[in-house]
Amino acid sequence: MSKKISPLDVFNLLPKTNCGKCGEDTCFAFATMVADRKMDLEQCTPLFEEAQYEENQDKLEVLLRPAVREIRLRSKDGEVRIGGKTVLYRHEFRYSNPTAIAISVSDTMPEDAMLSKVKKASDWGYRYIGMDLSLDLIAIRSSSNDPMKFRECVEKVSDVTQMPIVLCSFSPDVIEQGLIALEGQSPLIYAANQENWEEMSKLAKKYECPIVVSAPNDLDRLMFLTDSLMKEGIENIVLDPGTMPDEGLRDTLNNFAMLRRSAISRKDDVLGFPLLGTPISAWCGEDEEPEIKAWKESYISSILLSRYADILIINSVDMWTILPIVIWRTNIYTDPVKPVTVEPGIRTFGKPDENSPVLYTTNFALTFYTVQEDVKDIDCYMLVVDTEGISVESAVAGGKLTADKVNDAIKETGLEDMVTHRKIVSPGLAARISGETEMVSGWDVLVGPKDSAGVKSFLDKRFYQET
Amino acid sequence: MKNNKKKMNPFDDSLFSMLKNMKEIEIEDVDFEIDRLDFTLPTLVSNPQLYRQIAPMVEAQKEAAYQFVPPVNTYRGEVVEVVLGATKSEGGTRSRAITLGGSKTPPFYSFENEKPNPPVVVGDVFDMKISVPKPVRIHFDEVMEDPAEWARVYVEKFDVDMIDIELISTDPLINDTPISESAKVVEDVLQAVDVPIIIGGSGSPEKDGPLLSKMAEVAEGERVLLSSATPDLYEPIAIAAKEHDHAVLSWTSLDINQQKELNRNLLEYIPKEKIVIDPTSAALGYGIEYAFTIMERMRLSALWADEELQMPMAAATSNSWAAREAWRKDPGLGPRMLRGPLWETTSTLTFLLAGVDMFISLHPAAIKTVKEVARWLMDKEAKGTPKDWVTLEAV
Repeated sequence: MSKKISPLDVFNLLPKTNCGKCGEDTCFAFATMVADRKMDLEQCTPLFEEAQYEENQDKLEVLLRPAVREIRLRSKDGEVRIGGKTVLYRHEFRYSNPTAIAISVSDTMPEDAMLSKVKKASDWGYRYIGMDLSLDLIAIRSSSNDPMKFRECVEKVSDVTQMPIVLCSFSPDVIEQGLIALEGQSPLIYAANQENWEEMSKLAKKYECPIVVSAPNDLDRLMFLTDSLMKEGIENIVLDPGTMPDEGLRDTLNNFAMLRRSAISRKDDVLGFPLLGTPISAWCGEDEEPEIKAWKESYISSILLSRYADILIINSVDMWTILPIVIWRTNIYTDPVKPVTVEPGIRTFGKPDENSPVLYTTNFALTFYTVQEDVKDIDCYMLVVDTEGISVESAVAGGKLTADKVNDAIKETGLEDMVTHRKIVSPGLAARISGETEMVSGWDVLVGPKDSAGVKSFLDKRFYQET
Repeated sequence: MKNNKKKMNPFDDSLFSMLKNMKEIEIEDVDFEIDRLDFTLPTLVSNPQLYRQIAPMVEAQKEAAYQFVPPVNTYRGEVVEVVLGATKSEGGTRSRAITLGGSKTPPFYSFENEKPNPPVVVGDVFDMKISVPKPVRIHFDEVMEDPAEWARVYVEKFDVDMIDIELISTDPLINDTPISESAKVVEDVLQAVDVPIIIGGSGSPEKDGPLLSKMAEVAEGERVLLSSATPDLYEPIAIAAKEHDHAVLSWTSLDINQQKELNRNLLEYIPKEKIVIDPTSAALGYGIEYAFTIMERMRLSALWADEELQMPMAAATSNSWAAREAWRKDPGLGPRMLRGPLWETTSTLTFLLAGVDMFISLHPAAIKTVKEVARWLMDKEAKGTPKDWVTLEAV
């Protein structure tokens, strides 16, 4: 579906001086990284600084341009990239640039509430399998439609957050005041529509900012507006085909799927731009409890993550609605070729000695980090068995976690020299292989709890008393 | 130059058909003296390069000149339909039979083709009291000792399409419940509800063969789904399904080649129309992306005519509760009575968009949401209304 870029084609256009300024030893190594989209072309500074390479630089930019263009939003200190997509499905090539999540505030909110929401979004974090997850953008909406009020609000927000900003209004006067407040940054303008596009495109050019083209549920118009902006010389465009909850979900999903397929499979460059989803639309419903609106906003966000959204504007910053969205985003943007694994082998927690308990688990990162969280305060050894990154239950079912594998791990790691006892605690979900493991290894297998949250009390009851 | 609504071909037919398949035309040193220029835009726009060559020449800065052409693919294959449950006239006792599968396009690409059958939602019932998190337990606390009553609550109160009775207590490592007792449980469930059912074993390789063979006999005529055949144990289950006219859930562990091999083995005994695939559905945050991608790949393979994967898919989204974020009592994570059900809902909708046709569910809110969303997505009359969220007052 997508063309793979050959490192050789990239190499042939590079300076071939092996100067090392990019951090790689050779131009060929750099070419390989660039073709695999693990490094940016800009990291080859001579290419951009020396006039002799100008023609090759242009050629490389065309060669490397993804079917969906990459757009950068900037604050004073931060940058968020959106789009840059090359494939429809993640099994073809890992998805690039995780969907940016923007939390919205309005210029009619009381100042305290507004600023505390901005801070909450900026500070939002969750620790997940060794990663710190966070949110990306603040979207400021002009409910007042008052340019000066909007400007004041934008100034206050930009004082308390490092996140890039999305300025939301259909009034060019309002947007311009927001742009003045963020002079020197690169916020995203929302949005040009059929009424205002000529004025909005002037602002996008004057302030050199990316701009959203909005034509809810009207793809003919979306093409017209985008092409009109392109003819004005604007290249940093984001498409808003409309996010419509409830009965509107059918059109919404069709539009997102059709736009992305047009960009990737048909190479239609008028539609080769990042897609904006606005699950905040769920809050426009009348006669619904806030919990219902928040519920809908959250699942619409997850649906659009599965259907190509490159940026999402949402309202609720409550943990229960945000967490599933952010976790799904992290999951869908992992590299499918590389299972999320940790090194197999022995880990020690606390200060274990020759009498300390031994537990085992798999090298699937999700399993490992979960178990680690539960045993980190216990003096113990943990044997991480290589299951090719598969979780306990699936590995037992799929023959990736067997008595022989556990035995090999015990023998190869020298565990038998570290402890004098011969008892190993198995995951509860591996109960099925415990008998055979005892036979093969000569160790006693204590079948532990199915959830490692119960390890501590299990050890109290079963390990310490019996040894 | 005129941009008339009434369109006629600018070229004569033979010239036009000559150009029709070209990706690009370059016109040099040509003066146009045109009295009347007409468009056949759909054809031109469907070829963007060609379109863009011509567009500037005619100064088509008018919105009417733009027409989005849906990028419709054609597929060589489709997913078969599997029928579960049998009414009295069909030799069973169910109030209706349920058809699942039949997709001819990627999930809910209704611009290409309609999805012929809605997803089937199955209530997950066990033959012993199991420990479930509080947000689930409050709905079933009274009935968890009685599988028949539990099934009835799912059907009557929460509107599920089917019931999965999971005979987990038969596991020699749990209660080793005798097969005769399990037969009684299945009969009770069939009595208590009139929807089609799934009969699940415990996953014990020794016990599941004889257990499911016997259950197939007990449920003769009801066209149940036997759960499950695995790479280690498929023959007795396939034979039982064949003898008693049931279907089989073909379960593998996140491995597309293993799934193909198991299906190939099952196809020796039963046709595609008697098989449902379960590629394992990991929980959100706990490997869901593996399942999602395998499901997407399987569904695309089915549409590209891979006969070994052209069966409907099932997902046990009750697995979502394996995620700690779903059940943990932790005020920092927000109210768990909402958080847990939303976790299952998110997993369910994620799998829905990967092509899953059947959900084995736990929480009523997840059941309600997936049915509602699927109904909206399948409603041909449904029309999206744009929302003005920009000026929404503080919410």
